[in-house]
Amino acid sequence: MKPLRIEGLTKEFRLGLGRQRVVALDRLDLEVEPGEIFGFLGHNGAGKTTTIKLLLGLLAPTAGRAWILDRPIQDVAVKQHVGFLPESPYFYEYLTAAEFLTFYGQLFGLSRQALAKKIDDLLTMVSLADARHLPLRKFSKGMLQRIGLAQALVNDPQVVILDEPMSGLDPIGRRDVRDIILRLKDEGKTIFFSTHILPDVEMICDRVGILVKGQLRAVGAVHELVGAATVTSVEILVERLAEAGAREVEQLGGTVVRRGNQVLIKLDDEHKTDQVVDLIRRHAGRLVSLVPHKRSLEDLFLKEVGVRHA
Amino acid sequence: MNRITVIALNTFRETLRDKILYNLVFFGLLLISSAILLSTLTIGEQAKIIQDIGLASINVFGVIIAIFVGIGLVSKEIEKRTIFTIIAKPVPRYVFLLGKYSGLALTLLVNVGIMAAGFFLTVLVSKAGVDLALVKAVGLIFMELLVITAVAVMFSTFTTPTLSATFTLAIYVIGHLTDDLRTLGAKLGESLTKVILDVLYYSLPNLDYFNVKGQAVHGLPIEPSYLVSAATYGIAYTTILLILACLIFQRRDFK
Ligand SMILES: Nc1ncnc2c1ncn2[C@@H]1O[C@H](COP(=O)(O)OP(=O)(O)OP(=O)(O)O)[C@@H](O)[C@H]1O
Ligand SMILES: [Mg+2]
Repeated sequence: MKPLRIEGLTKEFRLGLGRQRVVALDRLDLEVEPGEIFGFLGHNGAGKTTTIKLLLGLLAPTAGRAWILDRPIQDVAVKQHVGFLPESPYFYEYLTAAEFLTFYGQLFGLSRQALAKKIDDLLTMVSLADARHLPLRKFSKGMLQRIGLAQALVNDPQVVILDEPMSGLDPIGRRDVRDIILRLKDEGKTIFFSTHILPDVEMICDRVGILVKGQLRAVGAVHELVGAATVTSVEILVERLAEAGAREVEQLGGTVVRRGNQVLIKLDDEHKTDQVVDLIRRHAGRLVSLVPHKRSLEDLFLKEVGVRHA
Repeated sequence: MNRITVIALNTFRETLRDKILYNLVFFGLLLISSAILLSTLTIGEQAKIIQDIGLASINVFGVIIAIFVGIGLVSKEIEKRTIFTIIAKPVPRYVFLLGKYSGLALTLLVNVGIMAAGFFLTVLVSKAGVDLALVKAVGLIFMELLVITAVAVMFSTFTTPTLSATFTLAIYVIGHLTDDLRTLGAKLGESLTKVILDVLYYSLPNLDYFNVKGQAVHGLPIEPSYLVSAATYGIAYTTILLILACLIFQRRDFK
């Protein structure tokens, strides 16, 4: 059983009176495996939120189909097993944290008694136990994000769909969310989340998909996509390198940038590193640092998105 | 608990925590009781003036609550995007809408109840007896509010809060003039305008049906059969509006 299966999912919006068409999502095919953490990457406006809204029935697809836990997404009953955190959550301001979670739990058909314990656990998990009786109107942005995560888990969902769960959180908050996501995975749940915070993805995702202008450009395990530690460039910082030395470096294909009495050399071909180091020694320069740059998810992301990495 | 009830009770709680509601009810009660003062300024007919003002106040404040609190319930949820997480729960859209409607109906029942209690108290204090006809008049006012709320909910499934409020208010005003539409149409003879006026006459709610305030105040009889037919009309009209609202709501995208 696949937690999530998407076939040719497409969404067009029509803008204004001119009926101009915007293809927000273009024939997306995707499968998410049981128990994995899937990171859905994309730049602003790539179509991440559109995809998630389609999956939850907030938008009707222009074309294509999708299944959650092997049931078509149009089947409202499947949502019994789904947890959802929307992008920048908006909730009922007049409810307190506990009332809010009780209300949402009741929408899943859970009784008040069954919910009492569950809500204690959830509030503790998202570090909001003290805010239990505070109305959501008085919550900070980060607190809203946390209570949003708690409501997404109130039904013990098998599939958790989160739209930018780390946005609006401070570093501690982000670490907490990462820990919660990892814990959900340990419990055997499947997590599908969208983001553009790449370090988080590299740290916790089993697989990622990269969406560019509504089209899926790459999908796979992070290490497969990034490649096994390929060094793409080397940066060498040198002190007191004579002008003649700098010119020789440039002849070897390096780029030279002067900063006071320091010189920064950037090599796109790592095999020339030894030659450059020899050259520096010959010219009596002092090596300050040498940093090899590996190909990272960020490079891949920027390459797919089509932005040149300076 | 049934999911419609869960949403209805949450809606009711929402309105209870809305300060505007208390202000409206407060002003309603103030106006009702001020009728005693006003009536002393006039000679004779004091009881009638108190009853007139009282029923009119319940009606007007009821309509204001139905429109302004009612609109907020659906279209504000869409505008503020609180609806996203509800739609993502195993809750069919019609359940959400009917829950919202029931919650608002409960709010109106409680508010009309409070204002009616204030009204009957005022009537008693002014030493006129509370006639059953007054209760009937209040009952039909409530029926009218149920229809208006359904109109408000229907509009808010597809337009903005401001437009919904405007349209609903327009329907309320025209709904009290439908007899005039008919008379006007009859005068025009066969023409396109007459056809349009006839269509309006039959499709808009005839809200005067629910207005027996005059009879109640002047002691004219209000037959039970009239009450039954007015209530049947109101319930049928409300049902059709809510079905329409559910159909529209089912199809819309939440952007
Ligand atoms: N209601 C709408 N009407 C018209 N176009 C829309 C609408 N909603 C989204 N779009 C367009 O669809 C595209 C995808 O938007 P979407 O919100 O899915 O992006 P996203 O990947 O979630 O971006 P972000 O990272 O900024 O949240 C964008 O080009 C956007 O302009
Ligand atoms: Mg988004």
